[in-house]
Parts: sequence; C-alpha cells; structure tokens
Amino acid sequence: MLPELGQIALILALLLAVIQAVVPLVGAQLNREPLMRLARPAAYGQFAFLVFAYAILTEGFITQDFSIAYVAQNSNLALPMHYRFSAVWGAHEGSLLLWVLILSAWTVALAALSKALPLNFVARALGTLGVISIGFLSFTAFTSNPFERHVPALSDGNDLNPLLQDFGLIVHPPMLYMGYVGFAVAFAFAIAALLDGRVDKQWVRWSRPWTNVAWGFLTVGIGLGSWWAYYELGWGGWWFWDPVENASFMPWLVGAALIHSQAVTEKRGTFGAWTLLLAISAFSLSLLGTFLVRSGVLTSVHAFASDPARGSFILAFLVIVTGGALVLYAIRAPKLVGGPPVGLYSRESLLLANNILLTVACAMVLIGTLYPLVADALGWGKVSVGPPYFGLMFFVLMAPLVWLIPLGALTRWQGDSLASVWIWLRSAAALAAVVAALAWITQRELPLKAVLGIAAGAWIVFGTFVFLRRRWKTAAPGQRLTAEMLGMSLAHIGVGMFVIGVVVTESLNVERDVRMAPGDTVEVAGYQVRFVKAHHEEGPNFIADEGVFEISKSGVVLSEQHPQKRQYLRGQVMTEAAIDAGFFADFYIAMGEPLDGGKAWAVRLYYKPMIRWVWLGALLMMFGAFVAATERRLRQTVREEARLPANSAAVAS
Amino acid sequence: MLRALIPLAVFALIGLVLWSGIGKDPSILPSTLIGSPAPEFSAPDLRDPSRTHSKASLGGAPYLLNVFASWCPTCRVEHPILERYVRERGLRLVGLNWKDDAEAGLAWLKQFGDPYSDILYDPSGRIGIDFGVTAAPESFVIGADGTVLYKHIGALTVEDMETRVMPLLQGATP
Repeated sequence: MLPELGQIALILALLLAVIQAVVPLVGAQLNREPLMRLARPAAYGQFAFLVFAYAILTEGFITQDFSIAYVAQNSNLALPMHYRFSAVWGAHEGSLLLWVLILSAWTVALAALSKALPLNFVARALGTLGVISIGFLSFTAFTSNPFERHVPALSDGNDLNPLLQDFGLIVHPPMLYMGYVGFAVAFAFAIAALLDGRVDKQWVRWSRPWTNVAWGFLTVGIGLGSWWAYYELGWGGWWFWDPVENASFMPWLVGAALIHSQAVTEKRGTFGAWTLLLAISAFSLSLLGTFLVRSGVLTSVHAFASDPARGSFILAFLVIVTGGALVLYAIRAPKLVGGPPVGLYSRESLLLANNILLTVACAMVLIGTLYPLVADALGWGKVSVGPPYFGLMFFVLMAPLVWLIPLGALTRWQGDSLASVWIWLRSAAALAAVVAALAWITQRELPLKAVLGIAAGAWIVFGTFVFLRRRWKTAAPGQRLTAEMLGMSLAHIGVGMFVIGVVVTESLNVERDVRMAPGDTVEVAGYQVRFVKAHHEEGPNFIADEGVFEISKSGVVLSEQHPQKRQYLRGQVMTEAAIDAGFFADFYIAMGEPLDGGKAWAVRLYYKPMIRWVWLGALLMMFGAFVAATERRLRQTVREEARLPANSAAVAS
Repeated sequence: MLRALIPLAVFALIGLVLWSGIGKDPSILPSTLIGSPAPEFSAPDLRDPSRTHSKASLGGAPYLLNVFASWCPTCRVEHPILERYVRERGLRLVGLNWKDDAEAGLAWLKQFGDPYSDILYDPSGRIGIDFGVTAAPESFVIGADGTVLYKHIGALTVEDMETRVMPLLQGATP
C-alpha cells in the first residue's frame, strides 16, 4: 500500500495527540467535564492511526517495497520472512515509530483501565501522556520520517544489520521500549498529582502496578540485551558499561528505587515528594537514554547514526518535559504534607537506605557516562570512562544494599528492633555461611570477594525463605501470601541468584585464545575440547565457515558444537559462537580467523561457570515485578474510594 | 522552597553538559593532536604483510589517513566518496584497518573497492589508541612533515572533502 498513507496517518495521530494534550489539561484546570472527557477518545483515535502507520511500514518490508528509503536501507530480497517483521525496528526511524506505538498502547491501557479514578486526575494524566506523544510524534514526522521515498526505487535493498538478525535482538528493543515508555505512566501520574496539589495514597496505590510492569519489562529488556551481547558479539562478556547499556540501566536503578518508595508512600504516607521526584526522574532518564543513543554525542557500539539536528530536538524536548516537571515540583513540593514520624530502625529507614544507595548508584553511572562530554566541554581532552571505574563504584554501593535486603521485609513499619529481626534471620545467616564455606572448599581459587558475594547471594535467598516461612506461620490462612509479597520474594531471590552468578562467573571464568587445527585437543577447566573438522555452510543470506567441536570429560563425549563465522551478502562478517549452555556452566566456542591458509583456526574457548544465573536472576526479578502487579488490593480499594470525587466534577459542567 | 529547587538545578547542569555535546558536533571536535606531530607507528600492510609502514616511510607528501573496518557500516557510506576523490582528484589515501581481521578487511575491500595506496593493519587497535581513535570511521589529514592538520570523526561527505580536507592537502603540498 502507499507509504504516503502511513505518513498521513502519522500526521493525523500527531493532531490527535495535540487534542489529547491540550483539551483535557485545560478542561481539568477549568473543571469542565466535556473537555476532560475528550482525553479518552483522542487517545483511542491516536492509537488506531499509529497501528495503521505501523502496519503500512511492516507491509512495506513484507512486500519488499524498496521505493521506501527505510525499507531499502534495512532489508533485501534474501532476508528471511521473520526478520522482515523485526526489521521494522532495526534502525532509527522505524524504532521511533515502535516507540510512539508503544507509548500510545500504554496510554490506551491507562484510558481503558482508569474508569474508577477521578476524572480530573485521569484527564491530567492522559494530557501529560499526550504532551509526551506530541514530542515523539513530531520528532518522527519532522526529523525521522520512516516513510520517505527513494526515487527511483531500488531493485534490491541493502541489508538488515546482521547483528540484528537474531532472536535476542528481535525481542530486545520492544521489551526495552515497553519499560522506558511504561515509566511515562508513572511520570504522568506524578504530574497529575502535582497539578492536583496533593499526593494521596490513592494515586500512589493505583500507580504501583504500572511501575512494576514497566520495570519488569525494562528488566527483561536489559537482560535480553546482555544475553544477546554475550552470544552474538563473540567476546563472551555480558556487560560492558557501554554508554547505551548505561542509558538503559539508569532508569532501571531509579525505577527499582521508585518501586520501593511507592510502597512506603502508599502504606505510610511518607516519602511523598521523594516518590514524585523518582517518578519524574525515571522517565527523564528514559528520555536521556533516547537522547544519548540517537544524538551522537557519545560513541558507542549501539549508537544510531549521529545527527546533531535530532540531538537538539530531543534535548529541547527533554528540557520541556523534565524541566517543566521539575519547575512544577519546585512550586508544589514544599506544600506537600509529610507522613508520620519514623523510628531510626524501621522498615521506612531500611527502604530509605535502599533508595539512597540505588539513586547514588544511578548518579555514579550518570557521571561516568557523561564524564567524557564534560571533559570535552572543559577542554580536558577526549577521555572514556571504563569498566574499572564502574565496577569499583558499583561494588562499593551495591555491597551494603544486598546485605540489607532480607532485613527490609521482616522489619516492622515505623519502628522495630534489630535484635528481634536478627532472631529470625540467624538461621539464614548460618545457612549462607555454610554455602559460602562449601563454595570455598570445592573451589579453592575463589577470591575472598567472590566468597563474600556468594554468602551475600545465599543470605538474600535464605532470608527471603525466612520471610515466607514467617508469613506462613503467623498470618491467617488466606492472607498468608499476597501477590505483592510473593512478587517481592521472587524478585529478591532473583537478586540473590544474580549476585551469585556475577561473582562466580567473574572470578572463575576461563578464557583461552588458541590456534587449533582439525584433530587438535585443548584442555579447558578440566574438559577436553577437540576440533573435529571445519566445513562450508550456506544460509539464506550468508555463507559460513563452520567448525565441529567435541566437548568431553574423562573420555566421555558430552556434546558437539558448531560455531560459525558468517559472511553476509553485503560483506559484514559475523561470529556465531556455539554455546553449550548449562545451569552450572557454559562452554563457549567462537571461531576466529583462519591461520596458515586455512589449515588451522584461531579459536576462542571460554568456560563460564554459572553465567546463566545472571539472566535467570533477571528473569525472576521481572517475574516478581509482574506477579506483584497483580495484587488485588492495589485495584480494589481505589474503586470504592473513587466514587466520591467523580460527582463533584459533574456539577461544574 | 529552596530544597525543592535542587532537582531543577541538577537537571539544568546535566542539560548544559548535554547541550555542550551537541553544540560541538562530535565530527568537528578538535583533537589535541592537531598541529602536533603524528604519533610514531609501524605496522604491516594489510594486503602484503611482508611490507611494513611507518610514519617516516609514509612521509614526504601529505595524505589522508582513513580509519576503517569491515564491521563498520558507516565506513561503507564514505567509501565511494573517498574512491571518487582518489580517482578524479588524485587524493593520496592511506588506510588504517582498525580492530579488524585481515581476511574480513580484504573481503570488504574486494567487495566495495580498494582506493588505498597503503593500508596499515592494526588488529589490536594500538595505533588507533595513539591517534585517539574512538570509533570508525575517522580520518586524519597528515602533512608532508608528519604533522596532523585535521581530524574528522564520522563519515566524510563531499562537503567535508571540499571545505576541509582537499584545501588542507593542497595547501600542504610542498
């Protein structure tokens, strides 16, 4: 179909976004119900046009309409069908379209599910989302039009970046955007609350599941990105402190802080202003991430083409959205009332420590990421901040946090004594010590840092079980375990697994770069890896040299692996590592360059113990966030409380 | 009231940093190298490893040192432009095959054409570090006496070639 129709749909969506932003916000200010009621239909209409525009671009890829410049740049005739769907978000323009589509989907979800909330609150929240939508839709339409024609049409296209021709990268961007954009809902709630002039428990209660879901998606998005970097980039690492990774990690850290501070505000009424500030920050950092990736101010393996015009646009938008929100905050926050006083040792104080550590960690990632820009601006030369800085700072900040986790859930609100909590947690501490000792006995080369890390991870897991057991013993049947508690426990166990995975894989991994000819055997970490042969292989849009390797231990063949070195039609060379994945260890084989005229190969052999735990931990965190979001209490009570203010709005019309 | 302004102040500071990044588009950021002698280097030729290039062996006439790699999609964008300037304007173009492997680099040249008079092979990225290369493509105009006259980050366009690179190269011809 005509790509121009897609462009028209984009413009119509933009116009509806303007209506969705302006009319309900004005209506809420004047307390005019008909104006406020316009928010929902405008959001639905916008969504319909965006789905249409997105479908047209997808159709362009499926039917291979190379008259669309974006299609021609990012696909070709040989591209397999399933990658044609994902190629839509394979580069800047299309991924932006996906961004606005997801934003619109979140908006529609909010519009449809918020019937129980006061109308002026919903109108303000949807209006705020409309403002965000205006920004991104005009960014798409005016600087990054995905429907631009390429005249004359090409007979064949370029290619989708081969790095992106892969399952991990098909799902990574949508998940990540779901997370980024999901924070827009918490942001919109915060703005609505500030405009309203009060932070009440009702608002916070209602926004909690949305924050959880957004954070869960962001977790899985980052996890997928890390997993993909591990198996696809061929370096065997899983996190590089690359600016773009940091860009997604910062909102994650603040989002984690937000989840905890929302719990405090909702249950105790304290931290109200702080929760608003975190909600504003989480989304602002998502915008900052978008800016860093698409403006070209920082260089990164992931960066889209650098374009100062695009950078200026996003920065201006960031200033309007975040700056505007913070001005509003500065005016309204001092008037917010605080909650009841808090004891020195209480759940509030523990969660405050959690918040401080997470936000400081975020600040240090931000400083490290932006330092090259600062140094440049001040004429200190071009510098890059590497993993040593991030690794050290992060260790210093996260080490206290992980030790505090089991305490939080068991400590009472308002005030408690550490001694009484310790009585319950003694068993967890003892078990954690046993696990750490066992780990040290079986793996004597473990450094002290790793032993402590294992102890910390085990402490979190056992401490969480102590919490579950106490609930079981003390609470009445039927109230033993709410979805909220179950979700929290799952996520915390995930953190424990993650910590263990990180310290074990970082300290025990074995990396060997060797020259191997067919028939050679190399010993790695007690396993024998035999290079059987190499042969040519042909894929749909690439040719490959494939190696056949046998992994065995004491004469027993455990598995056969087939790493490839692929050359894609357009010349890019990609390493497809073969990974023998296991719960306790991965074997990672990547083919390097052929040596001696193809008689031998440079081969990279990695042994990565417990690396799966890193991603399993992330999956559990996501799962926990989703489970907690199903908590019925967070929806039910609102419905009852919401009936009252709905009437007062009707009077004014 | 004042306390509530702190977030805004922090944000203003961050915004300023970001703005400075845009104000100075990274492709025209000055390098500390400009005006000073290029770092010493010695590397085998990509196409004929038995030949070795050094700063001294390449000196005598100005040239454009172009950092490229087969894994770099943007390099393909500027490649035809460089090729045209070599063909039509007699540009002396030296390549720096950076963090690449020889086989991939040669395959890439076979496919997209090879306009380079000499190519330094730098698989470990050591020479790149000395030159302060942060990402491919980058290009350096190097004078006959080995002085770095200009550094360009990102793909070269016809406009860059006309307004910056070619005038410098012509001006530097002894």
